Parts: sequence; structure tokens; C-alpha cells
Amino acid sequence: MALLETRSLTAFYGDFQALYGIDTALQAGETVAIIGANGAGKSTFLKSIAGLIRSEVESVWFDDQPIGALAAAEIMKRGITLVPEGRRLFPSLTVEENLLIGRYGRSSAGPWSLDRIYALFPALKARRNAASTTLSGGEQQMVAIGRALISNPRVLLCDEISLGLAPIVVQGLYDALPRIKAEGTSVVLVEQDIVRAVKVSDRIYCFQEGRLSLSGRPADLSRDQIHLAYFGN
Amino acid sequence: MTAWADALIEGVLLGGLYALFAAGLSLIFGIMRLVNLAHGDLIVLAAFVILTIAAWLGLDPFAATLAALPVMFVAGFALQYLLLNRTLGRDLLSPLLVTFGLSIIIENGLLELFSADSQRLNGGSIETASILLSRDIAIGVVPLLTLGSAIAVILALNFIFYRTSLGRAFRATSDDLEIAQLMGIDHPRIFSIAMGLAFVVLTIAALYLGMRANFDPTIGPGRLLYAFEAVIVGGLGSFWGTLAGGILIGVAQSIGAQINPEWQILAGHVAFLAVLVLKPRGLFPRAMD
Repeated sequence: MALLETRSLTAFYGDFQALYGIDTALQAGETVAIIGANGAGKSTFLKSIAGLIRSEVESVWFDDQPIGALAAAEIMKRGITLVPEGRRLFPSLTVEENLLIGRYGRSSAGPWSLDRIYALFPALKARRNAASTTLSGGEQQMVAIGRALISNPRVLLCDEISLGLAPIVVQGLYDALPRIKAEGTSVVLVEQDIVRAVKVSDRIYCFQEGRLSLSGRPADLSRDQIHLAYFGN
Repeated sequence: MTAWADALIEGVLLGGLYALFAAGLSLIFGIMRLVNLAHGDLIVLAAFVILTIAAWLGLDPFAATLAALPVMFVAGFALQYLLLNRTLGRDLLSPLLVTFGLSIIIENGLLELFSADSQRLNGGSIETASILLSRDIAIGVVPLLTLGSAIAVILALNFIFYRTSLGRAFRATSDDLEIAQLMGIDHPRIFSIAMGLAFVVLTIAALYLGMRANFDPTIGPGRLLYAFEAVIVGGLGSFWGTLAGGILIGVAQSIGAQINPEWQILAGHVAFLAVLVLKPRGLFPRAMD
């Protein structure tokens, strides 16, 4: 039994259907990348798992429990944490307060403490009392990841952490990934950069217009297959 | 000269009362963008709660207030949890209408229960006690306690907001409700705790309202108006601003009354309008919207 599963997951924005029956599975300790063009439903997929969009009760399963209809705060308490698209730090909180807020709903014992987060992203330590709005984009993304990690999640959902950042900064963020995985955390990455996604993940799912168009291990998939699944005909 | 100094001191101390009226309103607006039109009536309700407890248990108003605080916290929590949370999030009109309706219900409920008779909280000898500052100027102990309580309440609120994990959750929820939920913050509960705190503050305000002058079930909307003015003059989202706003209105009223007794209320409103013209966002704005 997988740690996290979606079964025929659908999602709607009013009358508009964004997801059409998505079946996916995430094993404990695994890193899975979700790729796809703009508007394919990748962010909607993460929001549905995280509870920002409510789903049918039995369309999302975590730890053998149906969690599709739970509120976001309750899902986070159970151990699924989302690093949202666009970082979305709390502007009236300092860097350290932004990190600590991750522990408000779930203060589970585990590998990630404030000190470990600062060890992972040393740039943050010097800025710990700064307003989060004064940080560079890359530093803000570090805070957003740290804020999610500090709750010691069992599943970390990352929505386009490279968005709007310089390649060298993105590389710095991805360098942290192996250390996060080494603690046993399962990761779901939504990523526009296919090359990077393929490189770091154990398996990929490709979305196209709200449907799953391809899945598999990167080694088993050809460039053409991915190209076709990504862009369609 | 002495009369003017007297008016100034009196105004500052009166400002403490207005700041207490306003602090709860400011707290609620700051966290959940809820404009509570029943705030004034809730202060009057709290004064009747204190009065009833004092009469039942034979306590003085201070002890009765201490007994009322936990009761009012629970009442505020329940009001938010069971009713007001349901009005939030859709549009601005529904919480306004619901709290407006609540205001009418409280006022008429109190009239039914306690009649329209004026009441007061009898504090005994402390009411007339004063401290002599100079040969001509004495300040009352109760007004001094009012201002002291306002400062203590604002210190406590600032401590909660900026030094505790609950305060972090308050600010995070106020900043970005969606992300706060993602961080495991149970916002219906956070809002309810905030309303409970606001009820604690307005109960403290009710103590001094009832000891300073007579009250009856119909005076709530007037207190709401002063509270609004103090919040807006001070700038939304800043507790110290709210204190400054309360003091400004208090001083304007007592200076106005010194010039001509008929001008007391008018002078407060004129000061409020003047601040709106000169600094539309208030003296110490913090919130961005």
C-alpha cells in the first residue's frame, strides 16, 4: 500500500473541470515529479491533496485513511505539507517567525529543527530577525521550504520552487533536496523544468489538460514519449 | 491656566477609557477584517454581567469583573465559533448585517431583562479618591486606573501578538488565510480565541464605563462610535495607535468642554474629522488594507 494515493481524483473551479480522474501513488521515501505545460492541472493536483480544494472523501488516501474531504489544517497535522507556488511568506512575520509558524499546527518530533534548517540554508541564519519581505527571491524560497520542513512532514509537496529564480539559485535549492530525502521524507515536485525534474525524481507523472498522459521511471521513458505527453499532438 | 491643565489631564485619562472601548474592536478587525457593529452593545452587556455578578455574590465591581472575565471569554469564543465564523469569507456585508442584528437583539434583550433604568457599578470610596498633584490639581484614582488598565491591556495584547506562538498564528492568519491553513492553523479556532480575547478587553472597558457614569441598555451605539473613531484616528492594526487615538479624542472632548460645555461631543468628532482630512490612514497605520 502506497503512503499517498489519489484515486480517480477530480477537481473543479465552479463549472470548469481542472482534473479528470487522476490515479497516482507515492511510496514512502520516494520522490515523484509532476510535469506538464501551463494549465495542465499540476498546481490544482497539489492543492487538492493539501486540502485547499476539497475533494471526494475517497479520492485521496494517506496512510490507509481517506483524507479527500479534510480541511487543509487537518491534512497538514497528519503530515502532508505544501510549499506553495510563489513562496507566499507571511509579510508581517520575521524570517524566524515564518519558520516557526510551520510548527504551530504540527509539532511532531523528527529530524528538522530550527538549527537544522539554518544548517541546511546558512544564508537564513544571518537574516533570522529580518522582515521576510526584505529577502531575495531565493532566500524567500528557502524560508518557504524551511517553513514546511520544520513540521517534520511525511510528505513534502513542492509547487514550482524554481519559479522566477535565477538558474544558479535554483541549483542551490535543488542541492538541498538529497538531504531532505535522506531523512526519509517523501517528496512530490511540481516542476516546469523537465530536465531538472527527471534528474531528481524516482518516477514522473505527466499531466496534459487535466488528465494523466504518461507515467514511469525516468530511465524507462524516451525523450519523444515525454515530449508527446507534455505537448500532445 | 489651572483649568486648562485640568482639562488636558482629564482628557488624557478619558482617552484611556476610549482606548479600552477601541482595543477589542481593533483586535478583531486586525485579525479577521470583521467590523463588529455590536461592539458597543457588548460593552454594555458586559457591564450588566458585572452588575449581576456583583449583586449575586455581593462583590465589589473589581472582584465581579475578575469573575466575569472567564465567562465573557467563553461567550466571545462561542459567539465567534457558532455564529460569526459562518458569516466570514463570502462578502463584507454579511458580517455587518449579522453584527448589526446582534446589536439590536442585545439592546432589546437588556431592556427586557433590566428595564430602561440607569444603573451604575458602585465602587465605594475609591470612586471619590484622588491624588493631589499640586495645590490646585487633583486626579481621580478611578480615571487613573482606567488609563493604567488601557496601557496594561495594550502591553498585554502586544506581548501576545509579538512574543507568543498564538500571536504568530494571529498575524499569519491576518496576512494570508489560505497559507495559514496550509501551515496547520485551524482558523475558525484562532478567530474564536481572538473574539474571546476581545470580550475580555471589552469587559475591562465595561468596568470603567460603569464606574465612571450611569449606563442603561441604549448607550451601546454611542460607545461604538467613540471606539471606531479611536481605531481610525490611531491607524488600523496598531494597538498603540488605538491608545493615541483614544487620547486624542478624549483630549479634544475635554478641551472642547472647557471652551464651551456644549462643545464636548462635537469637539471629539471634529478632531476625528480633522485627522481623517490630514492623515486619511490614521496616525500610526500598520495594516495595508
